Amino acid sequence: MSKASNGKVADISVTEQDQERVRAICEAYGNRPDELLEILHAVQAGLGFVPEPVVPTIAHALNLSRAEVHGVISFYHDYRREPPGRHIVKICRAEACQALNTDALCAHAEKKLGTKFGDTSKDGNYSLEAVYCLGNCSLSPAMMIDGDLFGCVDKKRFNAIIADLDKEEAA
Amino acid sequence: MTKVFVPCDAAALSMGADAVAKAIAKEAKKAKADVEIVRNGTRGMLWLEPLVEVETEQGRIAYGPVTAKDVPDLFKSNFLAGKKHKLRQGLTDDIPYFKNQERLTFARCGITDPLSLEDYQAHGGFEGLKKALSMGPADIVAEVATSGLRGRGGAGFPAGIKWKTVHDAKADQKYICCNADEGDSGTFADRILMEGDPLCLLEGMAIAGIAVGATKGYIYLRSEYPHALVALREAIRVANEASWLGKKIQGSKYDFEVFVRVGAGAYICGEETSMLDSLEGKRGMVRYKPPLPALEGLFGKPTVINNVLSLASVPIIIAKGGEYYRDFGVGKSRGTLAFQIAGNIKRGGLVEKAFGITARELIEDYGGGTLTGRPVRAVQFGGPLGAYLPEDKLDTPMDYEAFVAEDAMVGHGGVVVFDDTVDMAKMARFAMEFCAIESCGKCTPCRIGSVRGVEVIERIMAGESPEQNLELLEDLCTTMTDGSMCAMGGLTPMPVMSALRHFPEDFDRPARAEAAE
Repeated sequence: MSKASNGKVADISVTEQDQERVRAICEAYGNRPDELLEILHAVQAGLGFVPEPVVPTIAHALNLSRAEVHGVISFYHDYRREPPGRHIVKICRAEACQALNTDALCAHAEKKLGTKFGDTSKDGNYSLEAVYCLGNCSLSPAMMIDGDLFGCVDKKRFNAIIADLDKEEAA
Repeated sequence: MTKVFVPCDAAALSMGADAVAKAIAKEAKKAKADVEIVRNGTRGMLWLEPLVEVETEQGRIAYGPVTAKDVPDLFKSNFLAGKKHKLRQGLTDDIPYFKNQERLTFARCGITDPLSLEDYQAHGGFEGLKKALSMGPADIVAEVATSGLRGRGGAGFPAGIKWKTVHDAKADQKYICCNADEGDSGTFADRILMEGDPLCLLEGMAIAGIAVGATKGYIYLRSEYPHALVALREAIRVANEASWLGKKIQGSKYDFEVFVRVGAGAYICGEETSMLDSLEGKRGMVRYKPPLPALEGLFGKPTVINNVLSLASVPIIIAKGGEYYRDFGVGKSRGTLAFQIAGNIKRGGLVEKAFGITARELIEDYGGGTLTGRPVRAVQFGGPLGAYLPEDKLDTPMDYEAFVAEDAMVGHGGVVVFDDTVDMAKMARFAMEFCAIESCGKCTPCRIGSVRGVEVIERIMAGESPEQNLELLEDLCTTMTDGSMCAMGGLTPMPVMSALRHFPEDFDRPARAEAAE
């Protein structure tokens, strides 16, 4: 991930093809401003994140100001403004998981994946994110990787799950 | 042919249910056994997931928790005939955890194929909607009022009153909004229902629409629930196809369409007015009240906002009558609540019981105590904005008013158990930190108060001028409680102050040099 020293996101350029995709997504949602969250989800699903240069494109399509679109993107935790790693690892840090020591799991995950929470490992394989409740509180600690949910994740199980992913990656 | 049930509930999937289903299909092929695998919802006994059931002449026999590795052995033991195996739990209906529940809202959950209209109707589905179509709106509202149903999202506002307000409002368009932004840690009942019996929620929404004159419904689902999203979308499709939703439902004069909107990871959007802004495609900022959403809600129109379980309780209330439902429960807490036993617990899961059961019964009789085997020290009720109670308060009956009397709340029925290793000052600090992370930022007590709260608790934890800082913390909590616009800032002090009140020893720290962190 390219972060400038002042902590600001580095310039991200977007191809005209991607801009066209974004316009098509807006169009598919009828260019309706009330569909903005859905549109952003779709953009993120397509491009992996919501790059800065598509903000004016969306704003124009929905007849909103850039500030309004930016305001929505920055309000919600889900929307990423930088490209994520190949796998997105979300670990629950809420109370029920804390009751079964998610803190230790989180520290372990940072070490194992080589990244802090909110960041991506240098090899670009893993983005690590904190999440507050995955709705699997009877099987704590809970974790979600690329949309797949895991329960009762201790260090050993965590290592096994990551090893499986690494194996897939190598294959 | 033998029917084998393997849940598709997210909790079951999180323990490998898909791999189990695949292994069963493979072994069945190898053994040339005629097996039909049904992907049901969960029965709610989550510590047994994946809980595989086999249909036999005696009834459904449960095996759990099953891993893919156990499957060849299960076949060897002839589990298809319900035979003995170390994972055999007996008849599912006879497992005390399940048998002793009072399943009204969750009556079908775990039993049926969630997306089969045929299954749904064979188990009483659409009885409520059919009756509603012939009842007339005012009578439906009256029936819900009779039932005593109160908002299951946590606030406990009487549903009948809310519905009547929307019913009486005059407008060209009204809406039903289902709040499925189940963000509270320790709660998952909405998710289980949406994955295990999504048609029930749709039926409840359609009845609500008929009752108040709304023709459109939105489900605001949190993005952390991708499996529920798939189930809901599919359920809407099959319901539309069979005319249980859409134009002229079952040939009647009523139209009702349902749309799903997915949130984007903001806890605050579970607050109803913030949810409305989010549904309109905006930042999820809390709105001032009045105007009440019942009069000026989504897109400024009269709107019923109810939690998933409030709406999913409506079909049985209409089908069996408000009095039937009201006869469960105690005092002003009528009907049942889906309690969710979570955290450090041996047998975690969903327990639907009439109000009035004690926390101790839930944690000890159902839950079997802590998973770690250590003594229970603290229990948080009602999510991250709910109070922590000590072990000696566990005999409090679970009803709205009894909990208020303890400066606590039942909320959405979440019960999160901690053992004696918990550091309550750390939990209090986390409550403030969570509020700082998730505050919408509109009002000062919440936005700034939570940040200051973290700082003050950190000073207390470091042993810095404890007396002054404790006083400051109490003062800050009072400001947040009295001055915040919504429950986020208004209730964050509840876990903080309850920790302070019941576990003062955890706030008595040595000066910084010796402090652990």
